[in-house]
Amino acid sequence: MHTNYHTYITKQTSATPLAVFRILFGFMMLVSIIRFWSLGWIDTLYIEPSFSFSYYGFYWLPNPGQFVYLLFFICGVSAIFVAIGYRYRVAILLFFLSFTYIELLDKTTYLNHYYFISCLSFLLIFLPANCYYSLDALRGRCEVSKNISAWTINSIKLLLCIVYLYAGLAKLNSDWLVSAMPLKIWLPSKYDIPLLGDLLQQNWIHYAFSWGGALYDLSIPFLLLWKPSRSFAFVLVVVFHVLTRILFPIGMFPYIMIISTLIFFDATLHGRILKFFSLILKKLQLYRSININTTTNANGFKIASYVVGVFMIVQLLLPWRYIMYPKELFWTEQGYRFSWRVMLMEKAGYAQFIVKNTKTGSQFAVDNSDFLTTFQEKQMSTQPDFILEYAHYLGNYYRSKGHQNVAVHVESFVALNGRLSQPFINPEINLLEVEDTFTHKNWILEFNDTIEGI
Amino acid sequence: MKKNITFILIILLAFVSACGVDDTSDIQPTDSYDRSALLVNWADNIIIPGYANFSQKLTALEVASEDFTQSPSAISLDGIRNSWLDANIAFQKISMFEIGRAQTLNYRNRLNVYPTNSQEIEGYISANSWNLELPSTIDAQGFSALDYLLYGLGTDQELLEKFTTGPNASSYKMYLLDLVTTMQNLTSEVFSDWNNGYRASYITNISSSASGSVDQTVNAFLFYYEKALRAGKVGIPAGVFSGSPLPQNVESYYNQTVSKLLLTQALNATVDFFNGKGFSSEYQSNGFSLNSYLEALGSEKNDASLQTLINNQFQVAFSKIELLNDNFIQQITNDNTKMLEAYDELQRNVILMKVDMLQALSIDVNYVDADGD
Repeated sequence: MHTNYHTYITKQTSATPLAVFRILFGFMMLVSIIRFWSLGWIDTLYIEPSFSFSYYGFYWLPNPGQFVYLLFFICGVSAIFVAIGYRYRVAILLFFLSFTYIELLDKTTYLNHYYFISCLSFLLIFLPANCYYSLDALRGRCEVSKNISAWTINSIKLLLCIVYLYAGLAKLNSDWLVSAMPLKIWLPSKYDIPLLGDLLQQNWIHYAFSWGGALYDLSIPFLLLWKPSRSFAFVLVVVFHVLTRILFPIGMFPYIMIISTLIFFDATLHGRILKFFSLILKKLQLYRSININTTTNANGFKIASYVVGVFMIVQLLLPWRYIMYPKELFWTEQGYRFSWRVMLMEKAGYAQFIVKNTKTGSQFAVDNSDFLTTFQEKQMSTQPDFILEYAHYLGNYYRSKGHQNVAVHVESFVALNGRLSQPFINPEINLLEVEDTFTHKNWILEFNDTIEGI
Repeated sequence: MKKNITFILIILLAFVSACGVDDTSDIQPTDSYDRSALLVNWADNIIIPGYANFSQKLTALEVASEDFTQSPSAISLDGIRNSWLDANIAFQKISMFEIGRAQTLNYRNRLNVYPTNSQEIEGYISANSWNLELPSTIDAQGFSALDYLLYGLGTDQELLEKFTTGPNASSYKMYLLDLVTTMQNLTSEVFSDWNNGYRASYITNISSSASGSVDQTVNAFLFYYEKALRAGKVGIPAGVFSGSPLPQNVESYYNQTVSKLLLTQALNATVDFFNGKGFSSEYQSNGFSLNSYLEALGSEKNDASLQTLINNQFQVAFSKIELLNDNFIQQITNDNTKMLEAYDELQRNVILMKVDMLQALSIDVNYVDADGD
């Protein structure tokens, strides 16, 4: 067993794929940051809201206010440093920290693909991605080598496989496969897409896309891993992600996934990519080459492989935590996040909060737009943990305004995947008496329907 | 979700065996719904005739206001009061279309913010100086400011005195005329925009994005229904948002007798818009509406279609409103429960339209532009 581990962990492979991955990842992140900034979203999503929804356990995180721009700046600059491999370890650490800090500021903006970036950048902290074709290597700031331990590249492949496989498994449910929901709602609304618009109205297309999507997610890891099918798989990757980019507002994610899957190709392709980069650098007169001693191997930190191992085990297990909760996952969303459940359901809600005086019985309804942005209100009205956090915020707010014996109730309705809206949270419950924990939220009302599947 | 292994096996088997999913489930006659026809119906049969009708009533109000200010008398007072009510009713038919120029002008608020600020009005009149273009004067203009001047100055005798022999008589007259002229100007600005170019861009903008005409109109419609009709006309005065009733916040507070009439007219207009009913018999509806759009999408829920549920709910709301006193101040003071019941039934349709309908139409309730998952 130990020898197996030893053989695996010392097995060597070319460093070029990891170097290319580092360069492209840094570049894509820089573009993402610039795009986010230029669209004005830093302001609308992080500065405008007067209240933000915190993740469990991160209530203490200070809101940086205007300094959130500084965070984005750090994030962008560190992405450049990652790409060029300049003081890589510090740069990737800074990138991970600043990016994750931004994501932790408000869970309203939670997206699987932001979580993916956090995971990937965390993983990259422990990989010797700067040992080749980097400024660090040029200046001898790190172990320089043409070869690296194979596990480092494999860990990125594994993470990608997990993302696809779990996204595919999550689609194995009756709403997705039997009812073609939510694509049956989403696709017809894209009637104005050239060429595709009319086709998207067809019922069979909704089913074809649902089944095709599930099949794609479940099979693509294997098609990418198996050499004979790899090129075909990459064509599929491009087609699939470009299509999702056309159909849905998912920003940079499709491009990031397309670029990331290049890691599955062997060193020949990556060698060619690096040659192409060198060509550009030579034109710009920035190219410098160094001699690399082929006998040394860059293996990174000693403990790195252990950290990555533990990280992967967590990644494999975390999406299954929902099994420990009773009731319908899509309805309660207990264990929903951080599980690669991507574009899986259409949920809309309406939450009317009632502030009561428990002594006098007098009550009034809250206008959510006084406290939340429309985006926050939309996210809040379908997710129990948001509703609870907001109720507590309202309780504190009205207490501070001198209200006595405050109780906060909510009359809420949620429609899931085209079903008629139904009452969501028990309106009898004073939400101020409920604390957010990892235990089952028994104040969520019954779903009154069954979704079969994983 | 049931962690049902058999189901997964069946699905996997199906994967292997099924080449095409032959869908036997009935629903979905989804041929592309003609959104241009929908927009044409809204523009040509509902919105533009609505503005034409309202402009006409405002012209009558302007004539009546000139009559009244030139020779204030019981008869001319009667005349302007009638024109005020006619115009107010006509306004209820177009108030929900706060898009295009109306949106940039803040049209609804300029014409119908209530409660009005009588002290502010009296202040302007005694100072003989005001500027209705200032945002700060928004609660001193429009229908409710007229309501104050036409019904809130005491008995008819006292009112006529203020406009004839009172110390500020000419100022009162000027203010009244300025109120009507401002409403007239704002309306003709919106109306002429519809007639000169906006209609053309409106009916061709069938984009599915938040800036598309369908999205904009539906969002404006729902915002109106939720905030202006449900909350403004019923919820706020009934104390839903304040803990205790606020009878002084009813629409047409000084007239007292038409709050229910205005609510009913507004709800009628809402239902007509939902069903795509043309503005008057001259304009024949072509049937394109939110109702027919939902029908085309096949939004079946349990037993009934969503559009039926919504229409039924409108009828329930009407039946609760019928039980109310014409005078909402009395209703709220004597038996606010009925008012709250009417509110609850109006509220049910906020959920059916804002949650279920928007989901079925896949329209975002807001204009926030952000990446999705």
